[in-house]
Amino acid sequence: MYEVEYQRAKTVADAAALLAKTGGKPLAGGQSLIAAMKLRLAQPGTLVDLSGIADLQGIRREGDALVIGAMTRHADIASSTEVKRAIPALAALAEGIGDRQVRNMGTLGGALANNDPAADWPAAVLALNATVVTGKRRLAAGDFFKGMYETALAADEIITAVSFPSPRKAAYAKFPNPASRFALVGVFVAQLADGSVRVAVTGAAPAVFRATGIEAALAKRFTADAAKAVKVDASGLNADLHATAAYRAHLVSVMASRAVAACG
Amino acid sequence: MGANETGIIGQSVRRKEDARFLTGAGQYTDDVTLPNQTHAYFLRSPHAHAKIRSIDTSKAKAAPGVVAVYTGADLEGVNGLPCGWLITSVDGTPMKEPPHPVLAKGKVRYVGDHVALVVAETRSQAKDASELIEVDYDVLPAVVNPVDALKPGAPQIHDEAPGNKCYTWSIGDKAAVDAAFAKAAHVTKLDLVNNRLIPNAIEPRAAVASYSRADESYTLYVTSQNPHVERLLMTAFVLGLPEHKLRVIAPDVGGGFGSKIYLYAEETAMVWASKRVNRPIKWAAERSESFVSDAHGRDHVTHAELALDKDGKFLAMRVRTTAAMGAYLSTFASCIPTILYATLLAGQYTTPAIHCEVTAVFTNTAPVDAYRGAGRPEATYVVERIVREAGVEMGIAQDEIRRRNFIRSFPYQTPVALNYDIGDYDQTLAGANELADVKGFPARRAEAAKRGKLRGLGYASYIEACGLAPSNVAGALGARAGLFEAGQVRVHPTGSVTVFTGSHSHGQGHETTFAQIVASKLGIPIENVDIVHGDTGRVLFGMGTYGSRSLAVGGTAIVKALDKVVAKGKKIAAHLLEAAETDIEFEDGKFSVAGTDRSKTFGEIALTAYVPHNYPLDKLEPGLDETAFYDPTNFTYPAGTHICEVEIDPDTGVVDIAGFSACDDFGNIINPMIVEGQVHGGLAQGIGQALLESCVYDPESGQLLTGSYMDYAMPRADDMPSFKVSTRVTPCTHNPLGAKGCGEAGAIGSPAALMNAVLDALAPLGVKHLDMPASPQRVWHAIQSAKAAA
Ligand SMILES: Cc1cc2nc3c(=O)[nH]c(=O)nc-3n(C[C@H](O)[C@H](O)[C@H](O)COP(=O)(O)OP(=O)(O)OC[C@H]3O[C@@H](n4cnc5c(N)ncnc54)[C@H](O)[C@@H]3O)c2cc1C
Repeated sequence: MYEVEYQRAKTVADAAALLAKTGGKPLAGGQSLIAAMKLRLAQPGTLVDLSGIADLQGIRREGDALVIGAMTRHADIASSTEVKRAIPALAALAEGIGDRQVRNMGTLGGALANNDPAADWPAAVLALNATVVTGKRRLAAGDFFKGMYETALAADEIITAVSFPSPRKAAYAKFPNPASRFALVGVFVAQLADGSVRVAVTGAAPAVFRATGIEAALAKRFTADAAKAVKVDASGLNADLHATAAYRAHLVSVMASRAVAACG
Repeated sequence: MGANETGIIGQSVRRKEDARFLTGAGQYTDDVTLPNQTHAYFLRSPHAHAKIRSIDTSKAKAAPGVVAVYTGADLEGVNGLPCGWLITSVDGTPMKEPPHPVLAKGKVRYVGDHVALVVAETRSQAKDASELIEVDYDVLPAVVNPVDALKPGAPQIHDEAPGNKCYTWSIGDKAAVDAAFAKAAHVTKLDLVNNRLIPNAIEPRAAVASYSRADESYTLYVTSQNPHVERLLMTAFVLGLPEHKLRVIAPDVGGGFGSKIYLYAEETAMVWASKRVNRPIKWAAERSESFVSDAHGRDHVTHAELALDKDGKFLAMRVRTTAAMGAYLSTFASCIPTILYATLLAGQYTTPAIHCEVTAVFTNTAPVDAYRGAGRPEATYVVERIVREAGVEMGIAQDEIRRRNFIRSFPYQTPVALNYDIGDYDQTLAGANELADVKGFPARRAEAAKRGKLRGLGYASYIEACGLAPSNVAGALGARAGLFEAGQVRVHPTGSVTVFTGSHSHGQGHETTFAQIVASKLGIPIENVDIVHGDTGRVLFGMGTYGSRSLAVGGTAIVKALDKVVAKGKKIAAHLLEAAETDIEFEDGKFSVAGTDRSKTFGEIALTAYVPHNYPLDKLEPGLDETAFYDPTNFTYPAGTHICEVEIDPDTGVVDIAGFSACDDFGNIINPMIVEGQVHGGLAQGIGQALLESCVYDPESGQLLTGSYMDYAMPRADDMPSFKVSTRVTPCTHNPLGAKGCGEAGAIGSPAALMNAVLDALAPLGVKHLDMPASPQRVWHAIQSAKAAA
């Protein structure tokens, strides 16, 4: 790790000001950022620690929506009775991230800002049509994720919370990479309050995307078989040591069908 | 063992070392901090193959905290790293041994090759400075696959090894094999890849080297499985130092699996540099460095053929293997795919004629050497895969085809050099059948099919040669070292005992097992026995721990030394009890006159030896401290049968291990709990190879693609089933413990058992072949290809 300045912010405004002044990076759970720094792949001059900002914590209901603060740890989401009652799929997704240590440190906001192509949270946010709230604005999920490790966030913009509208049904099915156990393919299926179906896929492409073919099939018939019958186009999907594009395309249908089955 | 032992042998005594490990009191190399210590960082090659045009270290030398920067050019008078086993090619020429420089000279040959050593006040400063070293590389084409490396026009890695060939070696009677094939009723042919593995011991390699001007001596703390071998090679072959001026200490070591046997460049350069900077130097590999620079394992490509008569009796086997050596010959690289591989191709079977030819090849990869099992897993994989195939082709049940060919009379001379002293393969096969509930398998398969899942059952009946090794036999086969072991039993005046062993424990539990032997032999409490290992300054000599040799060879050396202690004790007792020495018996810690109640305790004898007031000083030296060197007369032959049951999800290709049963014969067992632990660990490693692990280099650039746990699939606890294990015992005939060794068996039998199970499960779909690892995508693609072909 290269030498780095460490600052601890008290408020969101404070953090934004520090970021603007230093050109540094926000530090959440450090589970992606610190690892990249140790490998000398990231070299921020300053880290602005968000863990002391009270406004970024907590899980609460706001009308029909479940609002989760950006600094909420995966483990806290996994064990939250509020989350389990409102959108149990989110608790299950959080429980499936990394290992216990990672879940105790990693945060929802950090995972979204990082937008790893194989991360789990982006699939939930996109499928549930959640709103990403920042210190400056509210972004619809569809506008937030831009590409591989890319989001709509400005350098000094901090995610403060995510607002998830309660769906009728939702479930996430993850096929873990045998080595990293990130998603080789992860599919989040949701039937929203208005009855529309959204299917978001992570791990399979450079960034999270909606599987529109499966959405259309499920809109007609919300069954596991309907999802499985859809043949997903492999072009543009990732190919690497662990999976060819064809295998990933196949897994998208299989995992979608398993998510539908899990919706009950 | 004789009647002299107390009941502690064969007991699952809790490990004496665990209190230290579990409470964080273990002392690993990286825990060693010496006054005024500096830190090392090694600049490594980013290229798989390149000429070094120039290296400019001036900026690095001027960087904050830097003490010194060394490159290959600075290491004048330092020799290359040696290889400890000479293999002679079929044409009578010695293997090609190109120089293996400690720091690169003129060329780098794999990603991770050592280019420069930076010594600085802190680890970070050393690393920062390394980034300021300017190396002008002329990048050359690279070759990473051993078969490709042999092709005409392949990049030439060493001038000394034309065509990248290290040797072509063979064993067995080719004419007899050809004749047997000519009259065979059936021939089974198989092409196999034994996947390259990265050892991944939990403790990365580390070293602390220091120099004392006072007596011109060096001390090296290092993560080693054999400190005496390390010292001998480093002083006599590389640095040209007097052997007695280097003390090598291998303190607690967190796993080795072979990867810590070898003399590596890092610690060698550090010992050399410690005198130059006149300060201690410390280095601990980062995990990323371990991936690129620890010696890797396996990496074979094999074609095998088995000839059978109409009843499924094996007539002959023909094997041709291409084995990767990596970029340089590591310490024992050359003997792994030859002596420790081809000699095991008889397996448990009476195959009368076997011929095997092995071509060893240089590639632009990390060196390849022994890794848990070392040659024997590769041999077992060939034998047990082809036996399965033959059984399937000839319609003979998997256990039956094995039974039809088992060796049943001992000693048995195989056609590939080894002489098995004893075994009972029917017994372990039957034991495994029982554990695995093979009878219930058809019902389980049918039930799985109802759920859309594919069940399969796979066997592997393995044998290994352990207890390395009779030195004269090894010498005749090219070993450049002896393979005995040394043990010393020091009885203290108050009757407690310190044992010094040349074996090294890095997870095996010697401090407990060896203490059990001593406590039992001397009839003293186990708390009164300490085992010391891993320090050339305290232990007289040793060849170290690998090849499941510690108990059979190191343990026997201790037994021999204990015999001498008892013999001397009898002399002392005879004097004290005024009896003839021949009338003294030793049992349960008491020396007594046969047929009387007159006796002396072991403690009394020990005290007398050191306070010799009433003592036969004219005939006997005082003191009670005995040493023995033991050189085995044969290898030991642990053997057993593993049965794996898998369930495959055809939708995803995921292989779930529904059950894994192992019935092993390790000879006599000193501590069943430790043995079971060794089997579990071995199975996890073998299953890791078969299901998950695979080291992949990019075929074009030679970059390591599996350089972290993001891409290298290490097995985790939840990848494993709950193992069912049991043992059967045929005691080894040629060591007093009757012990054979258990450390590698799990890793040797399990890959073939698992792959055979996978192939059995997939057979109904028409899948005929699969290489390891049986990863989800491989299995799924194999299913798709079979469907397309159907
Ligand atoms: C061993 C391991 C296994 C893992 N497995 C999985 C897995 O299975 N699935 C999965 O999805 N993830 C996995 N992860 C990643 C984990 O979920 C991380 O927690 C997550 O990617 C980043 O969250 P963090 O809070 O640690 O963020 P950090 O690492 O602190 O930050 C990540 C990035 O986000 C920025 N950032 C952080 N918070 C904010 C904010 N509020 N506003 C704006 N920018 C911000 C940082 O500046 C940085 O660029 C794993 C990680 C590890 C180490």
